[in-house]
Amino acid sequence: MATEIQSHGRTAARDRILTFAALGILFAFLWYADNHFSEYNLRILNNIAIFIILAVSYNLINGVAGQFSLAPNAFLAVGAYTSAILTLSPEEKLRSFVIDPMIWPLSEIMISFPLSLVVAGLATAFMALLTAIPVFRVRGDYLAIVTLGFGEVIQVVSNNLVAVTNGPLGLKGLTPYTNIWWTWGVCVFTVFCIVRLVNSSYGRSMKAVREDETAAEAMGINALRIKTLAFAFSAFFQGVAGGLLAHLVTTISPSLFTFMFTFNLLIIIVIGGLGSTTGSIIAAVVITWSGELLRVVEEPLTIFGYHYEGIPGMRMVIFSLLLILVMLFARSGIMGRREFSWHGLLELPGKIAGALKVKK
Amino acid sequence: MNEPLFRTEMLTVFFEGLCALSNLELTIERGEIVGLIGPNGAGKTTAFNAITGAVRVSRGKIVFRGQDITSWSTPCIAAGGIARTFQNIRLYDDLTLTENVMVASHSSVTYSFLEAIAGFGRFSRDERRICQKAEHLLELMGLADVAGKKARSLPYGSQRKLEIARALALDPELLLLDEPVAGMNPSETREFAELLVKLHADMNLAIGLIEHDMGFVMEVCHKIQVIDHGIPIAWGTPEQVRNDERVIAAYLGSA
Repeated sequence: MATEIQSHGRTAARDRILTFAALGILFAFLWYADNHFSEYNLRILNNIAIFIILAVSYNLINGVAGQFSLAPNAFLAVGAYTSAILTLSPEEKLRSFVIDPMIWPLSEIMISFPLSLVVAGLATAFMALLTAIPVFRVRGDYLAIVTLGFGEVIQVVSNNLVAVTNGPLGLKGLTPYTNIWWTWGVCVFTVFCIVRLVNSSYGRSMKAVREDETAAEAMGINALRIKTLAFAFSAFFQGVAGGLLAHLVTTISPSLFTFMFTFNLLIIIVIGGLGSTTGSIIAAVVITWSGELLRVVEEPLTIFGYHYEGIPGMRMVIFSLLLILVMLFARSGIMGRREFSWHGLLELPGKIAGALKVKK
Repeated sequence: MNEPLFRTEMLTVFFEGLCALSNLELTIERGEIVGLIGPNGAGKTTAFNAITGAVRVSRGKIVFRGQDITSWSTPCIAAGGIARTFQNIRLYDDLTLTENVMVASHSSVTYSFLEAIAGFGRFSRDERRICQKAEHLLELMGLADVAGKKARSLPYGSQRKLEIARALALDPELLLLDEPVAGMNPSETREFAELLVKLHADMNLAIGLIEHDMGFVMEVCHKIQVIDHGIPIAWGTPEQVRNDERVIAAYLGSA
């Protein structure tokens, strides 16, 4: 690994420059998009960034640590509600809470948007911590069952705790703070944090727990602690994503955070390659974008004189088929467990050329 | 000073009424290689599992460095200085060899996960130390040239060696090897015996090992404990054990 330290240092410096250059290009593109793109296309870009945040953090617990969680929709809801409640003005709260007035002190609190995102993340991580401690004491698929139940609990609570969530009416009139800079800024930050964590001893321990929990414990790793860390860490970013989403759509209600959200994310991380952060990013972009392109299949259209009425929900059928095909024929997804590296990218043209030569 | 490095007192394990191990009294002194032998199903692996906290001890006591570790958790025992390998090799298949070994150094990491994200201070120092240690151990076990490969891709014998390299990364004072030469051919076994003696001499390790290959056991072990049906039947030097009637009966069947 570090046998030739000097050349190692040089490539590290080169990689850093390339990374900064790529980020520069990304933000130049965003600046261009911000000024020239239509409202609709900007919305897609925002959605892509939010889905990258969600997919990368979901992949941390499901793919890297190998613990099958089904909680993202619940964590998203917790984050969205926390952040929305904290940024709504007291007047707006008075106006929209028509069934039951909001309980004091929440009715008076109003904090800035960035701070509300941090609080949303911390509140969600805290929720994850409370769930994790009993669940991770036992091994196996209990996490899936408990997190599935947790999602339902959050639904019921948000529908019925009217004095806090305004029940089924939801929260309206949020200031649309979320813009392309917020979503992509948080997105880059999330990817950075998760990549750093995965490449540290903590990330290695998570992988060891995924590969063989008994052997991990026999090597001095406290599996309970490592799994809890992965779970809470991923919940933090899902909570922040919830806050971003709330201030993007400006109206949130319990029906927004159904299990379909989790299912979508599951498709993304499986197609990207379970365990690969790079794969999660690629799949988040592709699936979110193609989700928009595929809107045509849900609208009436005429092909060669044949009239097609358009079936609502048809996109999900296509994605489900895609998931089945991936599970059958390409179980490792786009990236498998490989990760992006500049070294790999720079060698790629040579490899492709080599493969073509062999074919000839 | 008469306290040995490691000893068990009346160590007993029940599996729902079935007595898997009964009153095992095993003593391992510093720098000693002790063999644990017995026919299949005698409770040898159960003894290792009980010592490392993987199965619950029903009765008895485990004392390591003068401390009662009977109720310690598996990770604490591992970090505390007792490392083990597994009978059916258990590596982290999808990780590289270096990563496999580095995982075992996790308990010696001083940085928090927040420092790992920020990436300065103790993070780089610790990572460098862990990585160098892993490389050193892989070199010691003769695996340096395949360090970047995935553990899954290794041949059987090398996987056994990798398990030992990983266990050594815990800086153990006591190393427990569960059938380290099972499935090896005579020349591999021979080579492995030399490696073990060298490791033992270089690191002043105490080693406990389970093995069926009698030639190997008689050659490398200083002391041998024989158990049968969970019951200890003989304890002594290889010569004493070899000539013990009860041992012969257990292995060959009594007349």
